[in-house]
Amino acid sequence: MDIVAVTAQWLADPAHWQGPNGIPLRLGEHVALSVVSLILAAVVAMPLGLWIGHTGRFSWLVVSSANAWRALPSFAVIGLLVPFTTLLDPNLGFILYPTLAAMIVLAGPPILVNSYEGVAGVDRDLVEAARGMGMSERQILFGLEMPVALPVLAAGIRSAAVQVIATATLGATFGFGGLGRYIVLGDANRDNGELFGGVVLVATLALTTLAVFVLIERRLASPGLAARTAG
Amino acid sequence: MAATSGNSGAASLEFRAVTKRYDPGTASPGAVNDLSFEVPAGAICVLVGPSGCGKTTSLKMVNRLIEPTGGEILLDGVNVQTENVTALRRRIGYVIQQVGLFPHLTVGWNVAVVPGLEGWSKPRQLARIEELLALVGLDPERYTDRYPSQLSGGERQRVGVARALAADPPLMLMDEPFAAVDPIVRSRLQDEFLRLQRVLAKTILFVTHDVDEAIKMGDLIAVMEEGGHLAQFGPPDEILAHPASDFVARFVGVDRGLKRLSLRTVGDVQVGPIGRSSGLPILPPETSLRDALAILLVADTRGGIAMDEAGQPRGLVTVDAIASALGDELPARAGA
Amino acid sequence: MNSEPLVRWDWIGAHLGPILDRVGQHLYLAVIAVSIGFAISFGLAALSIRRRRLYPFVTLLATAVYTIPSFAMFAALVVVSGLSIFTAEIPLVVYTFILFVPNIVAGFDAVPQDVLDAADGMGYTSAQRWWQVELPLSVPLVVAGLRLATVSTIGLVTVSAILGDRFGGLGYYILDGYHRHFPTEILVGGLLSIGLAVLADLGFVLLRRLLTPWAAARAAAR
Repeated sequence: MDIVAVTAQWLADPAHWQGPNGIPLRLGEHVALSVVSLILAAVVAMPLGLWIGHTGRFSWLVVSSANAWRALPSFAVIGLLVPFTTLLDPNLGFILYPTLAAMIVLAGPPILVNSYEGVAGVDRDLVEAARGMGMSERQILFGLEMPVALPVLAAGIRSAAVQVIATATLGATFGFGGLGRYIVLGDANRDNGELFGGVVLVATLALTTLAVFVLIERRLASPGLAARTAG
Repeated sequence: MAATSGNSGAASLEFRAVTKRYDPGTASPGAVNDLSFEVPAGAICVLVGPSGCGKTTSLKMVNRLIEPTGGEILLDGVNVQTENVTALRRRIGYVIQQVGLFPHLTVGWNVAVVPGLEGWSKPRQLARIEELLALVGLDPERYTDRYPSQLSGGERQRVGVARALAADPPLMLMDEPFAAVDPIVRSRLQDEFLRLQRVLAKTILFVTHDVDEAIKMGDLIAVMEEGGHLAQFGPPDEILAHPASDFVARFVGVDRGLKRLSLRTVGDVQVGPIGRSSGLPILPPETSLRDALAILLVADTRGGIAMDEAGQPRGLVTVDAIASALGDELPARAGA
Repeated sequence: MNSEPLVRWDWIGAHLGPILDRVGQHLYLAVIAVSIGFAISFGLAALSIRRRRLYPFVTLLATAVYTIPSFAMFAALVVVSGLSIFTAEIPLVVYTFILFVPNIVAGFDAVPQDVLDAADGMGYTSAQRWWQVELPLSVPLVVAGLRLATVSTIGLVTVSAILGDRFGGLGYYILDGYHRHFPTEILVGGLLSIGLAVLADLGFVLLRRLLTPWAAARAAAR
């Protein structure tokens, strides 16, 4: 039983590309919900991180957030949310909300931390010089700190994206859909083609996302800063 | 337990046609060309010159951090390349500009690095640490257990010197050791180091780019020029009085006459009868002639009253007398 | 869903033994992965330091591997190594690389050049210089890497619960509780695994303080 052959067969089968369990739909679920959670997390975390980085206040929030995030296994987070979200809605609260909530919660800290570090990492002398020249706080934040912070910020979003995609994949164990579903179903049905097909799809999505972000980050680092942000 | 005090004797150092080439055939910065000179035991020899003249390269060839491409370096008559390199380095004190104190060791254990490597017993090391810190002017009680990050630049330099002296080496190599501190601290460190040298009488090879430091510190000066050539070698006064080439004359500066004056004191000069002493400035015996000249020019009087060691007036010193002192040979420097 | 109370303390009380066993299993799986991961990463880091040009490749590879969701990797390995300890450990080990290698490399890079020059000039042999100067000074960043990797691994051990009840550590309770609609179990598994991770995190902070007395002095001097 050749894994590669079976998987290729499964992936090539047109039946798997249509219908409610079809690849496009599952992929769409996975990506759409990842994007939604990233946006929701970013809407809260990014302004907060930028503000804390610019003013320097409440930085403890960032530090404890970073520590908490590292210590939170996504498996545990999803699992722990289930009893609570099912109280909200017995159906969606069982298959959708826990994973989605976990995705949002786990996407927050990297965005928060990197927004903060990106801005805080701007040389304070530079900021003072700008202030001395008469730039307003807003102009400093948007005209000076953010452009310099952009690569770090992008790296944070990348980190969050990787986390979110992985959490969504894991969510399949808890009733979520997405590409992880193929792995779960493949295992349940003893269908190696499906299982590995799922693995291949997941890995492809993850690595493609990584590649896209790495390219974006490279573009964002302006040549003058490249020497500083590299390595 | 008695600490090891006193010194193990200083070594003589000789450069014989030492050459370092990086790119065969081309002159590259830091290269050295046919460098020859001798430093007697107990003397401070300063290598001075513009950047790229090869002075640091020459220094590093003594403890073989850089290996020469030609010539020999003899320590007490023995070619340094014949000795095991690690043993050689432990016999030579090495002080660099950034000091390089180990951040993870206390001041005390930093000082004891080489004794530790040589296997000294703990009590012997501890005694030596105390002795050396006191020698460089740092109270052992307060400094032994501190970490380098808690010290100022000047204090770190002193620890660096103490560390280099720890195993009582016959030779010390110092690479711009006082360049990283501010001028006031630097001047104090130089004075204290000279005081130390009067007691220890080590052989020292000292690198600097600052010609004033070279004149102040050196018993002998080797002026090097770009390309790694030796432009002139000799005591400071001779180099100032008789620069061997246009390069040396420009390097020591147009004011070399004044610089020579700073090598002499009021005690060295001819005095005349004082006459009426009112309004004349008093010149203590250790006043350098350069300072005395400055004082007399400002005072605009006939001259100044030179005092002797006992505090009694010795005679009148005039600007002319100071000028003529430049024609005399420099009296031998004590201890050289 | 059910009208039971959220937490059934009597269940917890009755299962203290097995719960403790699971904690042990959790730690066991984590420690193996971190140890092997560290050993391999140290080698990779040493290689990267010696041949700088390889470093970007090493990092890229480690990053790519880390990007692949653990769920997928565990599932993929089942076909290769069945439901054995290898299936559990290989992903756990491989996920530590991106956390260890940059920290180890940075740790050695952080040793100031003037300290190295002084050490050479004073007569340290290369080996002595490595053990007595470079290694101690690389500790802060290396320990930072250990901290990251351990906490991350403790988290990922929970995912290995999908491999069956012989694995998963405390993750077993999360999955089992989910399938049985039994919140108590989920809470035990979830909260304890988080707690374990937090404890490990704090433990490493303490370790770093113990190993680097000079850093405390520097902080005080500021």
